[in-house]
Amino acid sequence: MLRKVNGYEVTIDSVPISQITFPGPFRAGLEFSSPARGTWNIAHQGMLIPEAHEIFVCAASCLRGVVLTAYEMRAEKRFSTVAVEEKNLIEGNMEDLIIEGVSDILQKLPKMPPCVLVYTSCVHHFCGCDLDMVYRELSKRFPDVDFTDCYMNPIMRKSGRTPDQIMRSRFYSLLKKRPIRPGSVAFVGNDFPMQKDSTLYQLLSQAHIPIYELTSCRTYSEYQDMAEAEYYIVDYPAAKVGGEDLQERLGGKLLYLPFSFTYGEIKENIIKLSEVLPITLPDFNAEEQECNDALDHAYSIIGDIPIAIDYTAFTRPLGLASLLLEHGFQVKRVYADSFIEEERPVYKALCRTHPELEIWPTLSAQMRFAADHSKSDYLCIGQKAAHFNGAPHFVNLVENGGWHGYQAINSLCDAMIDAYQNEKDIRELISRKAWRCESCI
Amino acid sequence: MNQTSKILSTYSADAFGVASALFELGGMVIIHDASGCNSTYTTHDEPRWYDMDSMLFVSAISEIEAIMGDDEKLIFDIVTEAKRFHPKFIAIAGTPIPAMTGFDSESVAARIEKETGIPSFGFPTTGMKTYISGADMALSSIARRFARKDFRPGRDHRVNILGCTPLDFSTNGQVESICRLLTENGWIVNCTFAMNTSLKEVEELGKGDVNLVVSATGRQTALFLEKTLGIPYLEAVPYGKKFSTTVLQALEELYAGETKVILRHSSSSDCENIIIGEEVSSLSLALSLECETGKEFRVLCPTNEGPLLQTNDVYTPYEDDIIKSLSNAKTVISDPIYRNILTEKVHLVDWPHEAYSGRIYRKYIPNLIGDILYISEKL
Repeated sequence: MLRKVNGYEVTIDSVPISQITFPGPFRAGLEFSSPARGTWNIAHQGMLIPEAHEIFVCAASCLRGVVLTAYEMRAEKRFSTVAVEEKNLIEGNMEDLIIEGVSDILQKLPKMPPCVLVYTSCVHHFCGCDLDMVYRELSKRFPDVDFTDCYMNPIMRKSGRTPDQIMRSRFYSLLKKRPIRPGSVAFVGNDFPMQKDSTLYQLLSQAHIPIYELTSCRTYSEYQDMAEAEYYIVDYPAAKVGGEDLQERLGGKLLYLPFSFTYGEIKENIIKLSEVLPITLPDFNAEEQECNDALDHAYSIIGDIPIAIDYTAFTRPLGLASLLLEHGFQVKRVYADSFIEEERPVYKALCRTHPELEIWPTLSAQMRFAADHSKSDYLCIGQKAAHFNGAPHFVNLVENGGWHGYQAINSLCDAMIDAYQNEKDIRELISRKAWRCESCI
Repeated sequence: MNQTSKILSTYSADAFGVASALFELGGMVIIHDASGCNSTYTTHDEPRWYDMDSMLFVSAISEIEAIMGDDEKLIFDIVTEAKRFHPKFIAIAGTPIPAMTGFDSESVAARIEKETGIPSFGFPTTGMKTYISGADMALSSIARRFARKDFRPGRDHRVNILGCTPLDFSTNGQVESICRLLTENGWIVNCTFAMNTSLKEVEELGKGDVNLVVSATGRQTALFLEKTLGIPYLEAVPYGKKFSTTVLQALEELYAGETKVILRHSSSSDCENIIIGEEVSSLSLALSLECETGKEFRVLCPTNEGPLLQTNDVYTPYEDDIIKSLSNAKTVISDPIYRNILTEKVHLVDWPHEAYSGRIYRKYIPNLIGDILYISEKL
């Protein structure tokens, strides 16, 4: 597409899927920030731990985003800051700043929290801050408080574990070892609850299997109960390392049942679950048929209007594109800056079956000019796709939405029909931070 | 303890001040940061983000690039996009990591300018100061580079308004109201630096007979224009009817040949009425309320230690000091976030400030130009 920029015509490009490199289709360069804000950040996520107090130790520019996150989600009373100043870098007193700063804040709080998440940042990593000593000293000063090390260091996003992987692990690091409750499970690493009608939840609850979940904990004590789980169920890819850490530390077992739109993988997940827990296997053919009927019904209503999908809605955007294309939908665009390795088989298949499928970046500088502010006829799945296409007909959801298994496909069909039939206010909805989180905006 | 905040927010940072000041001028601004700074700025500090396709990007520096001091990738990335998007200028603003690694923003800007032929600026922001220093640096640098020096005040009653950014004036019509007030009183508004303006108008800053500095972010530009072109300036925001008249009179005095007019407020050390906010706007509000209600106000300025602050005013960015400074307060006019540190006995009048609470209270930011009833009737 062509856009006028400072009087010059500029081409805004996508790449056909058959021509991309997988899993990183685009060269890393200057980055643009789309106004779609539905995904959760580390300040939102930490607040999921009941009664936890967050303390960020960063420079003002880094503090601003998270302190206003806390205010927007009305959690400001559970949030404090220690500002890093230039003199701290020069004087090399970063350890003192953290210890004294955190101590000062805790002494001022009206009630001592049971746990404190201390977030350090890129500068601590670069100045060689002795965080082990810092946490030892804090634990000595406040023996009744559980501290954990959290990080806001995006500079490390290309170095080993990503910040997202690390944080989805750290939020469970406060769990203390307990006797295992045989036959129980904990959902690990999700930002919102597993939906009660999801295939996974249904199978477990029908078998009366005890379920622990961070998102439903109301007290720190309930949070600690999660340590009793025998199985840590992870369905969000970035949370897998968190499950592995728990397995190593608490002695339960990781069950990685990744969110998927592929019937084979959904079935595989259920069978895997049935091998360790006494669930009743569903009639797979009937389940698949129900999904196929839902997809066909949705297609009969939505028809051939173009569809765009982005990676913030589902961790498997290519899997979703493939499923919809198989059922006749006109998926034209997929927005993703990278793909997870688990998408490789679908990627390869799509290269053969739909080589023209457009792959668009979301971060690339050119995307500054990609947004179409006139109403387009696209039906979009995800906030970023809706923004770039100016599509008021969109499914507003992030991070798989707490859906899982066959239910995800059926629910998505309903959501697509609803999106097709009803317009949404794009700007209003996508500007709110953290989908489903409380917001004063 | 200094540097800790149990509950208070933090003011927008210097790098965001650069971005906000330059947003409308057709340039390309790069915040040299890993990630996060761009979404923070565009979410909380930039109400124009959705509607204006300004070129604001983040460099997305990685650990290895920082460790190896790899500026070449940054230069390559900027040159590549500059050749594609043809910005009118390029500006790089630093953040904590470039500050730690000793990133030489000015040299990198010089290299980029050499390779592209596009005027380029390197701002040594650190992400550790407030937006005032960044915006002030950015505006004055642009003025130094682009304002033509061959103009001399034309004696046709022209005024520049310096120091306009949404961080202090949001986008609720305050800047437009200042322009209207001046126009209705016989002034030609030459340039509103830098909202609702263009680089072409910036080039013609020298046509102004006087400068009206409406925030501390316009101070260095005013000093530059005074020194190089002899344009006198006044620091004030024309809040309320009576104070607007005072401001207009002061501008006329400058136009008539006065070289310096400073509007100062007076307050006693035991004054129990306090305004918290940016230096120029808070002092202007204090003066305006004094004119309209006869009440004295002290100013507590957490953003910058400016020359307009008087003996009984306070500069401090720290929560503990702010709490101490408010210990005898009976009435406080401030951003609503400060409610969190006030006792129940204190009467708080909300005066939301975008540079502090971001978008949270944006729709409640009042336009006090020429009319401060919104505040005065709540006292």
